[in-house]
Amino acid sequence: MVSPILELTNINKSFGHVQANKNINLKINKGTIHGIIGENGAGKSTLMSIVFGLYQANSGSIKINGKEINLRSPRDSIINGIGMVHQHFMLVENFTVLENIILGFEGETVFGEKLQKAKEDLEKLCQTYNFNIDLDATISDLSVGFRQRVEILKSLYRGAEILILDEPTGVLTPQEVDELFKILRSLKDEGKTIVLITHKLIEIMDLTSEVSVMRQGEMVGHTKTEDTSKEQLAEMMVGRSVLLRVDKKKIKKGEIIFKVNNLSVKDDLDVTRVKDVNLEICSGEILGIAGVTGNGQTELLEALSGIRKVESGSIKLFGEKISDQNNFLNPRMLKEKGLAHVPEDRQRMGLISDFKAHENLIFGYHDQEPYSKSAILNNKEITEYSNKVMQEYDVRPNSPNLITSNFSGGNQQKIILSRELNENPKVLLVGQPTRGVDIGAIEFIHQRLIDMRDKGAAILLASVELDEILSLSDRIIVMFDGKIVGEKENKNVTDRELGLLMAGVA
Amino acid sequence: MSNIVVDKSKVPWWVSNVIVPLVNLTLALLVSGLFVFIAGENPIEAVKLIIYGSFGYIQGFAYTLYYTTNFIFTGLAFAVAFHCRLFNIGGEGQAYIGGLGVFLVAINLSFLPVPIVWLLAIFGAFLFGAAWAYIPAYLQSKRGSHVVITTIMFNFIASSLMIFLLVDVIRDTNQMAPHTVKLPEEIWLPSFEAFSGILGIKIRYSPLNLTFLLAIASLFFVWFLVWKTKWGYEMRAVGHNTQAAIYAGISPHKNIIIAMCISGGLAGLLGVNEILGVSHKIQAGFPAGYGFTGIAVALMGRNHPIGILPAAFLFGILYQGGSEVTFEMPNITRYMFVAVQGLIILFSGALENLFRPQIESFFVRRLNREVNA
Repeated sequence: MVSPILELTNINKSFGHVQANKNINLKINKGTIHGIIGENGAGKSTLMSIVFGLYQANSGSIKINGKEINLRSPRDSIINGIGMVHQHFMLVENFTVLENIILGFEGETVFGEKLQKAKEDLEKLCQTYNFNIDLDATISDLSVGFRQRVEILKSLYRGAEILILDEPTGVLTPQEVDELFKILRSLKDEGKTIVLITHKLIEIMDLTSEVSVMRQGEMVGHTKTEDTSKEQLAEMMVGRSVLLRVDKKKIKKGEIIFKVNNLSVKDDLDVTRVKDVNLEICSGEILGIAGVTGNGQTELLEALSGIRKVESGSIKLFGEKISDQNNFLNPRMLKEKGLAHVPEDRQRMGLISDFKAHENLIFGYHDQEPYSKSAILNNKEITEYSNKVMQEYDVRPNSPNLITSNFSGGNQQKIILSRELNENPKVLLVGQPTRGVDIGAIEFIHQRLIDMRDKGAAILLASVELDEILSLSDRIIVMFDGKIVGEKENKNVTDRELGLLMAGVA
Repeated sequence: MSNIVVDKSKVPWWVSNVIVPLVNLTLALLVSGLFVFIAGENPIEAVKLIIYGSFGYIQGFAYTLYYTTNFIFTGLAFAVAFHCRLFNIGGEGQAYIGGLGVFLVAINLSFLPVPIVWLLAIFGAFLFGAAWAYIPAYLQSKRGSHVVITTIMFNFIASSLMIFLLVDVIRDTNQMAPHTVKLPEEIWLPSFEAFSGILGIKIRYSPLNLTFLLAIASLFFVWFLVWKTKWGYEMRAVGHNTQAAIYAGISPHKNIIIAMCISGGLAGLLGVNEILGVSHKIQAGFPAGYGFTGIAVALMGRNHPIGILPAAFLFGILYQGGSEVTFEMPNITRYMFVAVQGLIILFSGALENLFRPQIESFFVRRLNREVNA
């Protein structure tokens, strides 16, 4: 029998207390597209980072073509024919495509012959796989889909036989996804091996010939794709049949809290990301925003929470104008009005990872009594409060003096939620509340949000997880390309309907 | 590239904050010893001379503490700004202008009761230093001009400005040298020998004066400010993660300016020591590099007052002990000690992470073994 091109045996890896990979065994055959599926935080990315030499496993062995190898850095992996396309692209923005691809492999001090040769080789590669890339274009001018192609091309140019793609479609539009899949299929036909990491079942069913399922750091199953179904895979991923609708009381809708009129918002690069949006949120309801990442949800939330200036239009809170193109209330003033905000990206915004947990628990409320009095922080109060909420929200470990980066993602998220929900806000803006959070915590977080709603808070929930939107929202709007392309009461809405809207086709 | 990955949460605090700096310091001193040896002198003897010079007799020790005073101010100045992730390289210029503040307040208000003159002069030093730091801070927060560049430039501007003032505006017109008249003797800060005179101990002159206590108070002030007030909290928040600070409604602009002004003010206090305490007049170039050495003091002290105190003391020892060595060992010049300082900066600043991973993983492994055994 031919030995598999990549074979992992008993791989273990832990970060601190968290075991990200437990006794992983995996065989990947040459010339296949092999899917690795699992929820956020199941350990997929960790496993592939080990294969790519970014992390070293605590134990276990890696064989390529039956030969055991030792991968100490990405360079070792590249030499062994492994290429990886990360979720976040590793490209130099102001370099051209060509410059990015040869980076680190220039081969000569003064560019000349070899650069020319590289260019010719790359053009050939582009033709073989139908890449359709201008090698002299600057990366910053390229769309996300093209940048991803550059990453793939880079790996191929460096001689990759095994190509690992980490959640490649998260940032793509549906058309771009189709293009990507075409390229991946033609790569497979040329005999390359592709490992596709994803948490989207539909991609697995579409593209792969074999699939491995991970759950909480363990490999829970391998199967041929044709022998399985979406339902079966979902059950394997979650470990039980999936109950996604949360039980909630009948809606008691109150007055209009948030009113947004003809809102347009630009991002830091001066690109208009929110286009002429109108919406209303009432007390006692959860309004869900569905959409593929990067369709303006981030900017909308930032504008509503007073972080980002609006370009035109206005935002009213409790009937009072808080933001238009001339001025806006800053987040602190909005907090005083009873607005809380759980930001989408906890590392970038929601927390200061070098701070201790108790410092993050008062973040944004640090100048309010009882946490501080005439500018002096009241340590006793802060510690008491921290102990209390950390217990209430079951943050583990329950140690307010631990540096925040030492908590797991789910527990970091709980720190933010406990901080933002503790003050019983009247309005709550929530972005991706369960990103990278384990299942137990997800149910807990969902229940908290429902509780807030039942208490009469107006909640705006932005999430890329359709299931989350469907199970929590009373009303759903879909954003595509900065515009609201659909609004529906959450009654008998199917994910298919929403999916079409999200893709901008319906 | 080093492949050692250390789980930071398992490293005990004393390894990263005590052992690692000590190892770096030892290395710097070993290399320095090599230089002394090459210069044709016995390194062991040199160390003995340093220890004798800085501790061996009461006057020498007083000198050590006098130098320590200056380093505490400039070290704290750098540390405060650093907590907001600002590299204030301008301590030298801020100290220089701070000196102008002390002098102008003291000479113009010398008719007031003495303790009030002192307080106002200290305030003047802080205010002038802060004002000098305010301009780069403003440029950084509003225009994005990098504070490293502007503060370096402002050192030169401060120097030129002071020379101009000392030559053309406030020079003691009875003589040619570029310095001012002396302040009236009644408002000089009491010196160490005056104190010991009260206690009945007679010692020879030293520059140590009451400002030393101000320096110790400043250590407390900075500790309290940075860790116990909401201002310090906000400064650190901006320093660690500007995005998150904005999210929490903390203004980066405001905090950059506050941090820089406090930093500049602390550097300005050096003027209190030098002018109200020691020379009683402004001399050209009186900050004499303390502002720059303060950067090394802060880095060695890991930007914490508890670390800055011993680091400042160490540099005090090197300054005082070093002058003793150059006096006794003709082959060793003053510049040699500049090189020693440089080596300490190199090992504890630039090469700070040279051995850190090895040392930390060594201790983590050892401690784990103890736990498992």
